[in-house]
Amino acid sequence: MAGQLLQPGYEENKLQRVSKLLPCRDVQSSMLLALMGEPEQYSYPSIFIYGHRATGKSHVIHTLLKELDIPYATVTCVECVSLGLLFEQVLFSLFGPDSATLLSRSPSLSDFVRVYKQLCVQNPAKQTKYIVLDRAELLRDMDANLLPAFLRLQELVEDNVTVILLSEIVWDKFRPNTGCFEPLLLHFPDYSKDELQQILSEDSHPSYSTELYSAFINILLGVFYSVCRDLRELRHLAALNFAKFVEPLESGKVNESETHKLWRNIEPHLKKAMQTVYLREVSSVQWEQQMEKEAGAVRGLSAHGHVELPYYSKFLLIAAYLASYNPARTDRRFFLKHHGKIKKTNFLKKHEKTSNHLLGPKPFALDRLLAIFYSVVDSRVAPSASVFSQISSLVTLQLLSQVGHNDQLDAPKYKCAVSLDFILAISRTVSFDIVKYLYDFL
Amino acid sequence: MSTSSVSKGCFVFKPSAKKRKPSPTVEDYFTHGSENMENSRLRFRTCQSLWEKMKTDTELLQEELNRKVLDSLLEFIRKSSSSFQRGTDDWRSRMRAHEIPTAALVLGVNVPDHDMTFQSLSEQLQLSVSPFVVSLQAKECAALKNLIQKVLERLMGAGVWVNDEDQCEPEQGSTSVNLKRVHCSLKTLHDWYKTVTEKTYTSTPGEKRTSIGINVQQHPPIVVIFKDLEVFSPKVLQDFIIICSRYIEQLPLIFVFGIATAPSVIQHTLPHSVSSLLGIELFQSLSCTQHLATVIDQVILTSEFPFKLSGKVLQVLVSIFLYHDFSVRNFIKGLQLALLEHFHSQPLSVLCCRKQEALGHISKLSHQDVERIQQLPSFMRYVEQQGPQDQVELLTNDDHVKEVCVKLLIDLHKYHKNYYPILRCLHVLTSSLPKYPLGKQARKLHISCLEKNVWDNEEYASAMTLLRMMAKEELVSLLQKCSVILKPGKTKKMRAVLLRLDDLITRFTKADSVAETAAEEDITSPGKGLQKKTNLFQLQKSLLEMKESRRTKKMSQFEILRDEVLEFFDSLVRCHLAPPESQPLYEVCYYSSSAVLRRHLNATPRTSIQTALSNPYHYLKNESLRTEDGTFSSAAPDICIVYKLHLECGRLINLYDWLEAYATVVSAAEGKDPESADYGKVDELKHARFIQAVSELEFLGFIKSTKQKTDHVSRLTWGGC
Repeated sequence: MAGQLLQPGYEENKLQRVSKLLPCRDVQSSMLLALMGEPEQYSYPSIFIYGHRATGKSHVIHTLLKELDIPYATVTCVECVSLGLLFEQVLFSLFGPDSATLLSRSPSLSDFVRVYKQLCVQNPAKQTKYIVLDRAELLRDMDANLLPAFLRLQELVEDNVTVILLSEIVWDKFRPNTGCFEPLLLHFPDYSKDELQQILSEDSHPSYSTELYSAFINILLGVFYSVCRDLRELRHLAALNFAKFVEPLESGKVNESETHKLWRNIEPHLKKAMQTVYLREVSSVQWEQQMEKEAGAVRGLSAHGHVELPYYSKFLLIAAYLASYNPARTDRRFFLKHHGKIKKTNFLKKHEKTSNHLLGPKPFALDRLLAIFYSVVDSRVAPSASVFSQISSLVTLQLLSQVGHNDQLDAPKYKCAVSLDFILAISRTVSFDIVKYLYDFL
Repeated sequence: MSTSSVSKGCFVFKPSAKKRKPSPTVEDYFTHGSENMENSRLRFRTCQSLWEKMKTDTELLQEELNRKVLDSLLEFIRKSSSSFQRGTDDWRSRMRAHEIPTAALVLGVNVPDHDMTFQSLSEQLQLSVSPFVVSLQAKECAALKNLIQKVLERLMGAGVWVNDEDQCEPEQGSTSVNLKRVHCSLKTLHDWYKTVTEKTYTSTPGEKRTSIGINVQQHPPIVVIFKDLEVFSPKVLQDFIIICSRYIEQLPLIFVFGIATAPSVIQHTLPHSVSSLLGIELFQSLSCTQHLATVIDQVILTSEFPFKLSGKVLQVLVSIFLYHDFSVRNFIKGLQLALLEHFHSQPLSVLCCRKQEALGHISKLSHQDVERIQQLPSFMRYVEQQGPQDQVELLTNDDHVKEVCVKLLIDLHKYHKNYYPILRCLHVLTSSLPKYPLGKQARKLHISCLEKNVWDNEEYASAMTLLRMMAKEELVSLLQKCSVILKPGKTKKMRAVLLRLDDLITRFTKADSVAETAAEEDITSPGKGLQKKTNLFQLQKSLLEMKESRRTKKMSQFEILRDEVLEFFDSLVRCHLAPPESQPLYEVCYYSSSAVLRRHLNATPRTSIQTALSNPYHYLKNESLRTEDGTFSSAAPDICIVYKLHLECGRLINLYDWLEAYATVVSAAEGKDPESADYGKVDELKHARFIQAVSELEFLGFIKSTKQKTDHVSRLTWGGC
């Protein structure tokens, strides 16, 4: 099935094992091996590997390095909340546990280079060392000199070391303004449908034949391939739904060859799974229980959209919505008793003709919010402290959002962050016809 | 002070401990300024004990209410952690992606109440599931670094690994050193977890662990509680989840998300790539309105506590809850305030305690207290109803007053004991009626009963009419519910009522069998009439006749019974649900100053500032500032004058005109002759005073400098004088 991996300097059987572990990634792995060369040869200083989620980037690298007994350090950048942590992990895996203590308390890059050199002198080794930086896009947010330095680390530490960067985004988004050493780029393309089928079929259930499992994977891909190509997720879904698939076999109603019947049995379930468990509306455990019991469906997360709010909070939210979606000039028309007749077309500016709901919420000042609030709420409300504190608690609940942070004391500005459906539901509970007050629906 | 030092310098002398005055206790504050120390001490103690009782009762109640959701949450956590231990032998579990078990706990928008829930959750978790529970608040986790630091600090602080000295020092420096040594990453946590679990369960069971209990499993889960998910920054949360998911195979992590709004907020904050790392299950707590209803039911609608709220006060508390915060905790705080105010402001509240104690206190009443009793409006009404001889006695003889008081107090207690069961019965009867004429909640009915005679209400009449139309099965089931309510009643009257009710119920069931036979006859007789073949006209005629006869037909046995039952209930209501004002001495138990409570609980800072500025006499109580309505004393403080003048302006105020006007007013206050040359002239002093007043006004947020026009300021409030 797989082309033989060939590379002088490594044992034949090891290479064979590696190629078995890396299905459908022959091109990439042989390319990598070619780049790495023989163990003692210097390799290219930095290699940048990119490709979507679950296209085997880390898997290929790790299998290669591990199976071929090459010294390497792997660091996931998301874990490195500080630079020190990153350096420590690198040193720890390359030079053993004692090495990290040589670093100062909050090490800089030059500290790292110095310590690295020092350690290199102490334990000289001929083999190429590899540093794998997973989720390398996070390096951009760290110190500005970090990424360029890692790209040419070979020069800096004067050692046989290669840095491999793994990321989901392309190199063009990395390139710093000041320019840097260009790494070798290597793209991992998405698995095709056939490749997915081949990989997924490999982990078949021990008590069933591989053909059956492969048929199941075929059905699964038929449903899910259009929405999800993530290998990890697909494998998870396969595991969740296989029990349901073999249910008719267990009960003896159908035998293995009647794939059509099996298909008819499983297809609606997979469709349902796409809407629920794939979106994490229900947890996998709940999904499995549901499958076993056939009992009433568990209501998903988004089914509980209802939010209970205190009476005045509801009106504050309604006022905020009106302030966000109505142009300020129309307030006269909506909230003044004797506003006279203003035709919609007469006082429109050109850019206001587009629907405000398409443009999204606009910021408004606190004064305007309160003015609308007082005219909207049907009873007289004292401007008590709790009315004001309700505004800030709406902000913490993320129903309103505060805009701009400079003028907090004088004139804070807000935006309304709820949808039309939400506000319609809210205004229905206080029997307020919000559509009558919305400029877009005039 | 002297020192033994020979050189000059600054020396700190700490005041010696002995010299410091003992800080006043709560009791001192309470009794401060009252003429009768003994009495107010007694009141304080009664108040304290009553509050303690109320507090423990409500806490128990809340625990009970939360129990269901907490239990299912604990069950979920237990299950998830045990599935972690089962390992990965199974095909399915090997294939499955490892999700972090996550409980989405929807608690409602009453954020102040959440603390208690989380408190009891983490306590129960620590007791029964795992010692490793961390609670996180969004405000302490601004960045990923802080979040991980907090998690490590709290977990490892609870363990044996980090020594105590480091823990105690709250200084930033020491903790960072400490964490530097243990590296702030989940890898450290993993190592630590391994050592802790091995240490505890293989060699010597540590002192700390044994106390936790044997039921803790070998790999207790690490529970991370995010108290307010909405406030966490999405970036931090996402990164943390990604990191955790890398360790989930070695570390049994479990998350609890505290959600105030709706669970869909998880999908808003987390992209699919992150939320697919979580296995989210939903837990919904009781809604806060139900919560409040239970609290009111147990604390207010009961004769257990002698302290009562008047209708208005209860209305204030309930409306603060419904209109403003939905917070049960704040409601209870309001109740506490009312309690304290009552005992503080009403000297006769010494009688507001259990019956036996109250009777004891009566005998100890001073002459002054007796006079106070005589001045109570309810007591005066009572006196007026007595014969002339009695009246004289009641107004002159202290001992006689005390004797009467004993009787009246006993009556008051009896009134309460009868009031609440009957109230509940009436509520049961009316709460199932369409449109809820007397309110859906018992508290609404209670408030309307407190305010005036409930049977005079239109709603009451309409409820009775609706009840008169009720079908038999419904009515009987309602009556049975009533009889359950009345069962625990101990007073003679309640027992008599219960007997009567039971009797009525049995008569209803008996009427069943009698009615059946009667009904059969009824059905057959009109049928016969119709069977004759007739033309249309005759049919119409016979139908009309039948209708007539039905109208005049005497009522069935069931109808008679139904009327009897309702008459009976009506009489009960009239007898027992009279408003408390009708009871002599009710002031002892009822707290009625709703305005005080409203002022304390629902403060209106803006209104107070405006009152202070437009009517300084209201706060300063200086006679020279006293004015008629609408006029203004020119002797008022500068800021008031400036404020008053600014009310007359439009949106933009010319500063110079303002200054001129101010100078004129102030000159008038100085009593200068209006004819003189320097009248209204601006001198340096006035100028300075004006500037100060204006900047004070700016500070209070009434005006603001503007760039639209030079020399102008803009007004920030609307409305004029």
